[in-house]
Amino acid sequence: MAYTEDDLEKELATKEYKYGFYTDIESETFPVGLNEDIVRAISKKKEEPEWMTEWRIEAFRYWQTLEEPEWANVHYEKPDFQNISYYSAPSKKPKYDSLDEVDPELLDTFKRLGISIDEQKKLAGVAVDVVMDSVSVTTTFKKTLAEKGIIFCSISEAIKEHPELVKKYIGTVVPKKDNFYAALNSAVFSDGSFCYIPKGVRCPMELSTYFRINQAGTGQFERTLVVADEGSYVSYLEGCTAPSRDENQLHAAVVELIALDDAEIKYSTVQNWYPGNDEGKGGVYNFVTKRGLCEKNAKISWTQVETGSAVTWKYPSCVLKGDNSIGEFYSIAVTNNFQQADTGTKMIHLGKNTKSTIISKGISAGQSQNSYRGLVQINSRAENARNFSQCDSLLMGNKCGAHTFPYIEAKNKSAKVEHEATTSKIGEDQIFYCNQRGIDTEKAIALIVNGFSKEVLNKLPMEFAVEAQKLLEISLEGSVG
Amino acid sequence: MLEIKNLNAGIEDKDILKGIDLKVNAGEVHAIMGPNGSGKSTLSSVIAGKEEYEVNGGDIIFEGESMLELDAEERAHKGVFLSFQYPVEIPGVSVTNFIKTAINETRKAKGLEDMPASDMLKMIREKSELLEIDRKFLSRSLNEGFSGGEKKRNEIFQMAMLEPKLAILDETDSGLDIDALRIVSNGVNKLRSKDNAVVVITHYQRLLEYIVPDFVHVLVDGKIVKSGGKELALELEEKGYDWVKAELTA
Ligand SMILES: Nc1ncnc2c1ncn2[C@@H]1O[C@H](COP(=O)(O)OP(=O)(O)OP(=O)(O)O)[C@@H](O)[C@H]1O
Ligand SMILES: [Mg+2]
Repeated sequence: MAYTEDDLEKELATKEYKYGFYTDIESETFPVGLNEDIVRAISKKKEEPEWMTEWRIEAFRYWQTLEEPEWANVHYEKPDFQNISYYSAPSKKPKYDSLDEVDPELLDTFKRLGISIDEQKKLAGVAVDVVMDSVSVTTTFKKTLAEKGIIFCSISEAIKEHPELVKKYIGTVVPKKDNFYAALNSAVFSDGSFCYIPKGVRCPMELSTYFRINQAGTGQFERTLVVADEGSYVSYLEGCTAPSRDENQLHAAVVELIALDDAEIKYSTVQNWYPGNDEGKGGVYNFVTKRGLCEKNAKISWTQVETGSAVTWKYPSCVLKGDNSIGEFYSIAVTNNFQQADTGTKMIHLGKNTKSTIISKGISAGQSQNSYRGLVQINSRAENARNFSQCDSLLMGNKCGAHTFPYIEAKNKSAKVEHEATTSKIGEDQIFYCNQRGIDTEKAIALIVNGFSKEVLNKLPMEFAVEAQKLLEISLEGSVG
Repeated sequence: MLEIKNLNAGIEDKDILKGIDLKVNAGEVHAIMGPNGSGKSTLSSVIAGKEEYEVNGGDIIFEGESMLELDAEERAHKGVFLSFQYPVEIPGVSVTNFIKTAINETRKAKGLEDMPASDMLKMIREKSELLEIDRKFLSRSLNEGFSGGEKKRNEIFQMAMLEPKLAILDETDSGLDIDALRIVSNGVNKLRSKDNAVVVITHYQRLLEYIVPDFVHVLVDGKIVKSGGKELALELEEKGYDWVKAELTA
């Protein structure tokens, strides 16, 4: 590959990233607890049609019959679901025509996030639908998108404005009875994003949503639905930061992706939720169900950088239903202090000539536990299915752990499944080499970690990659004595 | 610039450096020669501040101040550079990214802003031309899969970029082919000035024909046993180290 001056310039570009703050915006919050009345109240609050309310109630009733699952490699104090408030919306909730009308405190939050909307506007090709405390507050670039027939709005708005699309696709990839957290989410989701790309349209910009959890004691139940119609393409970015606080915050989102024939969806996540203090207190519990469905010749790529949360349980998956469809999973998971991450992916090969690639980079520091759990399932009808998996672990110190659990179920003899795994440690000699060049140990580790993660970082859109690098750096701060 | 006084250092209970005295003034080139395992690399590591080695006595004074209490990166910020005998690989970190980080971290330590990207670009262009380095090379992972000679040339490229006051070149010549040796030596010579100094560690007289030393020291078993002018290197090449050792016991 040719290396141009442009590449060199890109490599030299730097950008600052700030984090760890709390925005004090007045909210309207429901009383704690969960029952059918609360579910109905949420639906009413959002002015939803009857079918939606019923859908929620059905999910809720099913959820009540379930037990919260136990996970082999994560240990945590289970959240008390009756002690959570299920709805919280900023009390000032107008639709803004210009930035001047936006709550200055919110704007300040954006600035500290390093993503002021002004800047975002200039950053070519990024539209931002900001989800703050469960309600969309502002949307940009809507017009440009509308011209192409692209719908990008909050899920509540979509339920009202495009009920036929929502009704057709919601719960088709992650059924409301899929699992404990998905059922809970289906009952109480308060907001999230909806995106529809019409046939043959290439979305001209990266669609980007910044999630934030912002109200003490409110769980967040986002619902994201992305539908790429035949032959279309979209790149979707999701990023989160959360202010530091003392109590656990539950997050149980559901993300559904649908790539129809010949469509492609790229879904990138940078996740930076509060992991708890260095003794492991506080921090976000992240139980997310993410799944994508590929029809014929379609492609879905999940790219994720996970640095936050006290407990992360997450397996973005691809159901390769159509022939010749492709699923990809690129992941960096960093754990430090007492964090526990159990992440990985599932690639379900149903169609012929389906292909999947898994690249997982786990970085463990402190006393953290980092597990990769991957399932490659090849159905009996999936002729000539291919999978390549590579799981690399980087350990810092002697108290942390990295675990790899690759599961392979191949029911078709023509399947070709390859798995590679490595474990390495940061060497003293590497650190000294960096030190000698004027790079202190903390920065040296960040550099080495970035290098280790490069294959995945490279999959992220440029501006996201820069931010992700900063995040890796921040999350490993203080990991060396 | 650099003054080493009766330096004793080693690991745990093994003494490696046993009383080294060395004075290097600005503008000078010193060569250190000596048999394998005599302590040349250890000396350069100790000057650079590698924590693995314990200093049991003596002092290392750089520009009038003792460096013993300084961390390796602080010594680097003061202008000490070590071209490693065995450069380390850092997978996934490009040469460009690495040198950019090194320069900006050094600037930060001095309270300066990051170097503007355009200046950095210009400097990279200049220095890679000086050392006849193909720019494509700079996008590769640091030292990963580099040939022996490429690693050494890359060390000197970093030196050129960092513009140190004191450069210690530990066997930079080993692994370089004849042309590369000339190019790299030329590069080093072009970077020399009355304000900086170079210490070259080598086994071969050949390098010293290009980078002509003002002084040559012979290190045997952790001690400098003989010092002289550039002709000492020639004499060593001719007679071997046994000659020095014999002289010692005589
Ligand atoms: N970290 C260490 N652990 C154990 N022994 C060491 C260590 N570092 C140096 N030594 C020993 O100290 C002695 C001096 O080593 P050093 O690498 O300084 O030699 P040198 O003069 O550079 O040799 P060469 O010409 O082969 O490069 C050797 O006997 C070496 O084995
Ligand atoms: Mg040596």
